[in-house]
Amino acid sequence: MELFIILTLFFMLVVTAIAILMMRHLFAVVMLSGVFSLLSALLFVTLDAVDVAFTEAAVGAGISTVLMLGTMALTSRNEKMPRDFSPIPLLVVIATGSVLIYGTLDMPIFGSPTSPALSHLATAYLTQSPHDIGVPNVVTAILASYRGYDTLGETVVVFTACVGVLILIGGLARRRRKDEEGTN
Amino acid sequence: MRHHLLLRVITKLLVGPILLFALYVQFHGDYSPGGGFQAGVIFAVAFILFGIVFGLAKVKQVFPPWLVHKLAALGVLIYAGTGVYSLMLGSTYLNYSAFTPAHPEHGQHWGILVVELGVGVTVAAVMVAIYYAFAARPPVIHDEEW
Amino acid sequence: MEFILGHLNYWLFIVLMMIGFYIVVARGNYIKKIVGLNVFQASVFMFYISIGKVDGGTAPIFPTDMNIDPNVVYSNPLPHVLILTAIVVGIATTSLGLALIVRIREEFGTIEEDEILEIESKLQAEENSAEGPAMGGRA
Repeated sequence: MELFIILTLFFMLVVTAIAILMMRHLFAVVMLSGVFSLLSALLFVTLDAVDVAFTEAAVGAGISTVLMLGTMALTSRNEKMPRDFSPIPLLVVIATGSVLIYGTLDMPIFGSPTSPALSHLATAYLTQSPHDIGVPNVVTAILASYRGYDTLGETVVVFTACVGVLILIGGLARRRRKDEEGTN
Repeated sequence: MRHHLLLRVITKLLVGPILLFALYVQFHGDYSPGGGFQAGVIFAVAFILFGIVFGLAKVKQVFPPWLVHKLAALGVLIYAGTGVYSLMLGSTYLNYSAFTPAHPEHGQHWGILVVELGVGVTVAAVMVAIYYAFAARPPVIHDEEW
Repeated sequence: MEFILGHLNYWLFIVLMMIGFYIVVARGNYIKKIVGLNVFQASVFMFYISIGKVDGGTAPIFPTDMNIDPNVVYSNPLPHVLILTAIVVGIATTSLGLALIVRIREEFGTIEEDEILEIESKLQAEENSAEGPAMGGRA
């Protein structure tokens, strides 16, 4: 049953992705990327990752759609007619894909309780965190406490990206120039 | 979007509950899915929605850009400062158990709450700041052309 | 058969990943490239999350009273943590890319890759013809 749900969601994801590839109207492309995010949020729920699904739904369907629409309003609405079909990108993609699939052959079977990803650290977190931290949501416990350094780094990355955006299009330089002209 | 009466009324009704939900997600993140990252994004969405419907000038009155920029830095400082505080109590960086040595679990609860607050403040401010930066540029495509 | 069913997920996510990759490589419009990158990124996230899934498992959240039933199987929370932060960092970096696109549009007047390359090569040629003699004709 679970496999059936995953396959259905996957089918919808592929259709959305191919539609993104084919569409030339950028408004439709941006909206479809929002649809893609919502579908992947559904898939995360079936894979037991409720926190991730929550984030993906809020970020992917909410903020990123707004930002892309904003960019579109500042640039253009339509993609130019695509160049003549060239086989090189397709070959590159197929080669990369087959290498990746070759890589998965060694992986443990999906959902296997003995997979190496589950055996050491994950079990430790699941058994220790009730005593160490006592927070019901293990994801929060790992995020903020066990891996607090990671999260501090991620927060700094988000802050840095914001600084970058403000430098590029924030208009701070222009405002300062105007101030200097005003004082002179 | 001055002429869309329905959108304006519904936005006014929605902004409050969205902010409230963001606070719930922020402070209930220990017990249910959620936490600083999601809460920050939802909090920012309330302002972005307000800005899209009522215009950039209005939302900048409510949440001025200088405050947004300072909050983005403040969140990181709250997070890093929590670590410094645990250093000052003689423990390792970001070891929340040091806050209440008699009952380490309580210290962990406090630490997670404060740290998640820092994350939430930064993420919310960053998302609003990025939205302001994009929305303040003069658009190439006008409203009628959509 | 069990092998195929057990690995089908991974292969499906790789197919999705490659569609995103193809959009990035084959399409010239920068906004579309960013969307393709997002598709690629989301598929990597799904792949990663699917590693943490356990058969018959549930979301890694204990009951509020912390009376943990030892018979309940919880999925691996570690990939969830890594991907959760990655999503937020992903949107922050995406917005940086979009800001770059806006600047490119302001400088070049287009966001199509081939047109930008054309303008670039024209500028380069002009510069070469102007600076060429000074550089000993080698520029």
